[in-house]
Amino acid sequence: MNERRRILLRRLSDSAGYWIVPAVMLAGLALMPGTPWVTLTVAGVAMGVIVFMAAAGMSLVFGLMDVLNFAHGAFITFGAFVAASVFAALGAWARADALPLNLAVVAAALVAASIVAGAVGWFCERVIIRPVYRAHLKQILVTIGALIVAEQIVPVIWGGVPVAVPRPETLKGAFLLGDVAIEKYRVLCIAVGLVIYAAMYAALARTRIGMVIRAGVANREMVQAMGYRIDALFVGLFVAGSALAGFGGVMWAAYNELITASIGNQMMILVFIVIIIGGLGSIPGTFTGALLVGLTTNYVGYLLPKLALGSTLLLMVLVLLWKPRGLFPASGG
Amino acid sequence: MLDWLLSGERVRSRVLALLLLAVLAGLILAPFVFTGTRSLAVAARIAVFIVLAASYDLLLGYTGIVSFAHAVFFGMGAYGVAIALKNIGPGWAAVFIGGAAGIGCAVVVSFLVGLLSLRVRDIFFAMITLAVASFFLILASQLNTLTGGEDGLTFRVPEWLSPAFRLAEGRVLGVALDGKLITYYLILAAALALFWVLMRVVNSPFGRVLQAIRENDFRAEALGYRVVVYRSIASCISAGTAAASGILMALWLRYTGPDAVLSFDIMIDVLLMLVIGGMGTMYGAVLGAVVLVMAQSYLQDVMRMASEATAAVPLLSAALHPDRWLLWLGAGFVLSVYLFPNGIVGTLRRGRP
Repeated sequence: MNERRRILLRRLSDSAGYWIVPAVMLAGLALMPGTPWVTLTVAGVAMGVIVFMAAAGMSLVFGLMDVLNFAHGAFITFGAFVAASVFAALGAWARADALPLNLAVVAAALVAASIVAGAVGWFCERVIIRPVYRAHLKQILVTIGALIVAEQIVPVIWGGVPVAVPRPETLKGAFLLGDVAIEKYRVLCIAVGLVIYAAMYAALARTRIGMVIRAGVANREMVQAMGYRIDALFVGLFVAGSALAGFGGVMWAAYNELITASIGNQMMILVFIVIIIGGLGSIPGTFTGALLVGLTTNYVGYLLPKLALGSTLLLMVLVLLWKPRGLFPASGG
Repeated sequence: MLDWLLSGERVRSRVLALLLLAVLAGLILAPFVFTGTRSLAVAARIAVFIVLAASYDLLLGYTGIVSFAHAVFFGMGAYGVAIALKNIGPGWAAVFIGGAAGIGCAVVVSFLVGLLSLRVRDIFFAMITLAVASFFLILASQLNTLTGGEDGLTFRVPEWLSPAFRLAEGRVLGVALDGKLITYYLILAAALALFWVLMRVVNSPFGRVLQAIRENDFRAEALGYRVVVYRSIASCISAGTAAASGILMALWLRYTGPDAVLSFDIMIDVLLMLVIGGMGTMYGAVLGAVVLVMAQSYLQDVMRMASEATAAVPLLSAALHPDRWLLWLGAGFVLSVYLFPNGIVGTLRRGRP
């Protein structure tokens, strides 16, 4: 009996990544009334999927090439500001009271932001990071320098004051289900985020390139020895990751409705925490970590407002004490 | 005697020796040579940042640990003194109690952070310290009653250090013997002493082990040195010294606030100082601090002129706006990592044993 219980406990601990998000949701439900719980859970999941978009590229880049890119936040910032420009340029569509036009504005912003962020990412990889492969200290220094430059270029191009990103007309306000209010925009965020996660998961699990990427995260040298050009793959992954961060920047900009040049920087703290919690190089891990961070922030902000600021840090400490290599350790050794 | 003063670390470059002597002479004679309160403030800032950059060099340059929480320890020293002086009243007892509390806090926190991050991969250390730094920054701006929040704390320093105090009537070489002058020399003396202590630390057998860990931690462990213990001690010493320099900063400014002593900008500044000056040598911290503080103080003036001169060109003029000085510094930083990986000191020493 005792032995069986121990095995059960170990299985439970090993599979923590799969049940921890529902467990946190249930804990939240136990601690607060149902009405705020629904609102907060929706808000938490919406925030979580946005953080996931911002973090996914960085997690894979680190997992595959051991490249730690602190300038990743710049892609988020560029995405957010490109969104502001697109929203302003297509203002008539955004103000129109028609859902298809409004969604078209969001889609246009997403496309433009991913192109810009992807291009910046390509430049960053070629010019800034390529010369310092396999030198962690220099990578950190150089990408910090790039982050400073990027954060200063934004006010040069878009002006120094905070920029407003009003949500399109039909995405304002909330659905009312009984006495539960659910913001429409958050529902859109969750839908977009789930589609992206499903697409990434399928691409990594079902396609040949995805298989090579997963193998590369687990053991780079072996994949190279099999004749795959990891370096070429890596450039593609880096650009895709940057574009995805730009994507996240668009969603985050309209989520906050007011953006400054430090928006990416503030997000990066959450991104780091998510990557550490999830386990580097793992997409399910990053997704789980992002949902955990989103839910914890919202729940704790409601239950213990004083603790809200430290809650994500506390979450990271607890997860690390329990699982030093994250919830879904992807790379071997 | 010279060897003892330099702890056996020769300068190994004539130009470098001249530069260092010029910095030392400039700092000692600053109140008499340069007129105006602004140049004295710049000199005091240089003295404080030399110690801060040197203490960070112990981590980054000597031990190879990348931490982003160094500004937190600087801030702890500053806030310790500020809170004590505010609540106990302006006196030397408050300075010592607050300073000791600040240094103690810094050492304990750096130990705890090290304890936690020793369990994870070393690259996580950078990320974890970044998260810790942002946490303390938010904490300082939220604990309104204790830290004054975003506005920070303005406090009175012991009577001897207040600007209104006169040691003696009259002037010496045209300089009034007031509290500001006493504060400046107190800071300079403390900074020199702390810098000398750090020189002793890095050139001791202990410092050699740190360098061995930086080069190859696996081999250092195999030789019988407990890498974990050495890294923890180094980060505690570094944090304590950073807190001490924070105390000096608070005494000079008679003010502490999140932007002045705790922000991420300070962390970036210190990082820039070390990379520009040269990592892995204490002399690099000196030159880096001088270059960066001077750039901070005077680059904006130059840029204001350049911006006005190019007012006709829209984007260039915006890029040359005085507020954008960090843009050019950041670009210079990236270039210097590539072109002068060993900083000013490494470049000057090139080709010498």
